[in-house]
Amino acid sequence: MSVQIWTYIFVGITFSLYIGIAIWSKASSTSEFYVAKGAVNPLTNGMATAADWMSAASFLSMAGLISFMGYDGAVYLMGWTGGYVLLALTLAPYLRKFGKFTVPDFIGDRYYSQLARTVAVVCALTVSFTYVAGQMRGVGLVFSKFLEVDIFWGVIIGMAIVFMYAVLGGMKGITYTQVAQYCVLIFAFMVPAFFISAQLTGNPIPQLGFGSKLLDGSDIYLLDKLDQLHTELGFAAYTSGKKSMQDIFFITVALMVGTAGLPHVIVRFFTVPKVKDARISVGYALIFIAILYTTAPAIAVFSRTNLITTVNEQHYKEMPEWFTTWEETALLNWVDKNGDGRITYAPGQAIVGNPEINYANGKIIRGEYGEVTLLNPLTSTENELYVDRDIMVLANPEIAGLPNWVAALVAAGGLAAALSTAAGLLLVISTSVSHDLIKKQFKPDISDKKELLFARVSAGFAVLLAGYFGINPPGFVAEVVAIAFGLAAASFFPAIILGIFYKKMNREGAIAGMIVGLLFTLAYIGFFKLMYPEYNTPEYWWFGISPEGIGTLGMLINLVVSLVIGIIYPDPPVEVQEMVKSIRYPRA
Amino acid sequence: MNDDNLKQYWAINIRYVLILISVWFVVSYGFGILLAPVLNNIQIGGFKLGFWFAQQGSIYIFVILIFVYVYLMNKLDIHFGVEETEEGS
Repeated sequence: MSVQIWTYIFVGITFSLYIGIAIWSKASSTSEFYVAKGAVNPLTNGMATAADWMSAASFLSMAGLISFMGYDGAVYLMGWTGGYVLLALTLAPYLRKFGKFTVPDFIGDRYYSQLARTVAVVCALTVSFTYVAGQMRGVGLVFSKFLEVDIFWGVIIGMAIVFMYAVLGGMKGITYTQVAQYCVLIFAFMVPAFFISAQLTGNPIPQLGFGSKLLDGSDIYLLDKLDQLHTELGFAAYTSGKKSMQDIFFITVALMVGTAGLPHVIVRFFTVPKVKDARISVGYALIFIAILYTTAPAIAVFSRTNLITTVNEQHYKEMPEWFTTWEETALLNWVDKNGDGRITYAPGQAIVGNPEINYANGKIIRGEYGEVTLLNPLTSTENELYVDRDIMVLANPEIAGLPNWVAALVAAGGLAAALSTAAGLLLVISTSVSHDLIKKQFKPDISDKKELLFARVSAGFAVLLAGYFGINPPGFVAEVVAIAFGLAAASFFPAIILGIFYKKMNREGAIAGMIVGLLFTLAYIGFFKLMYPEYNTPEYWWFGISPEGIGTLGMLINLVVSLVIGIIYPDPPVEVQEMVKSIRYPRA
Repeated sequence: MNDDNLKQYWAINIRYVLILISVWFVVSYGFGILLAPVLNNIQIGGFKLGFWFAQQGSIYIFVILIFVYVYLMNKLDIHFGVEETEEGS
């Protein structure tokens, strides 16, 4: 059976499963809709958090990104896991004890101010929308690659599915669908990894495999071999990387702190019954996440080695079938600069911009050796190969010569990852509107039934808006997501931490801190990413910090502003100080 | 539950958090980033040590840190009698 038929089968089965769960778990009160009545088992919640957390970017793009970054890929690996330690030790148990529905709820009550609540809502919406756009794009991408459906229809189908279970079931529906989605995505991620690890090194456990010797009889360690290949081709050694140390440091902090400050992650810990459960469920979540995150760097090494040994200095005519299939999707292309018919792989871009295939009368124009020709101008580097990072995971099964059903499984896994994260984000968006804005600010006397209706309507609107961004994407999936972390780090995190650990923190300080932190980070990212991308190089960055890492500086600025402004104004009222005291003890 | 007891509970909690966060910082930012070039001179199996901490080791230690904290806090809760009752406090 072809990959496409297998994909239809897997996607069909998993989607019916998600819809089945949606019908079974319809929410009937706001408490069910917002936090699944706070009755989720901690292990279930851990698994749901893992799916909530691991997005299209983690599943589809991360291993590919790492395989091109080498050591530098550690920013994602440590950055997107280390935040859970902060969550477990400094946030989750206290926010659970506080016991309301949302992060703006906490900010609003803790800083006894509607303005603080509004600022928090704006931060939550900015972060969640930035993030959800990337997910919908991921859904469209998988559909178009595997089912040859137009991206537009791919996004529409994804929207319809998310709409069903997020709008009907709310947090309850999302939680149980996420459990199913976690199982699908982790299975889909691990199966090819086991196969490839065994193929290359004889050890099926990828975490050990990439530290083992190659099976090809050369008696050389895989990583040493890869370093050697890299050096021969003129790249930096794989295990040493090329970003500056301070940039690595700042990006890692921004991602860690951003993780701990993401509203859709925090809110998952409102759904368990007790403080004790909140603590342990962060631990479970990180185990489930670590399975994928410790496998991804291994996949990165396997696919990088496979790619280099397959293509470099080989004749185009001897390329395996997958090479020519991916060529036609403009994700893997070869331009014969020196006219020798061999593929030369070297540092630098091979062509200017993304590949544009040269068509005439709807047919691809082939070159001398039968290769797909491109319209793009060539660069002056020796490199003749264009590789899109996203194909490292997508094409992995084919590159390793695995059966068709494995490739189809990867498609279903990518969809599960994108949909589960999108649903979690949509819930935050709808809760922010119906609960934090409508209920808490405009119509405090609204009935529970009405509020639930508003929650559903705003979830519906959020799905539509997310779909729009999916069809008209603002940028690369992974890049957009990285920005959301900077914003979360610079806005929420200091306000929540100070709110818990510093009783005397007052509203004036917290509000000023959040606003300054958010604006600073937005301005810096906007300047380098949107307004003047040509200046987005280390010599123009402040202290050598890239836009991805600037959230760390934003967070520090937020902290300083909060504390300085806080000193000028009076202490918070006694009731608030009592409230802070009470969240510090599980019972009391 | 008197105030002094609660203050003591909170002080011990803060101490646990600070110790565990220091370990968190040392393995990730220390071994994985700042000291990585030095640790890369040591090779265990196919892994250069700094590289291993940055892409594998720190993640395992993160998991362990959370479970250590859970264990310590559950014991502390019971010791100070602030653990939740079955109805969920």
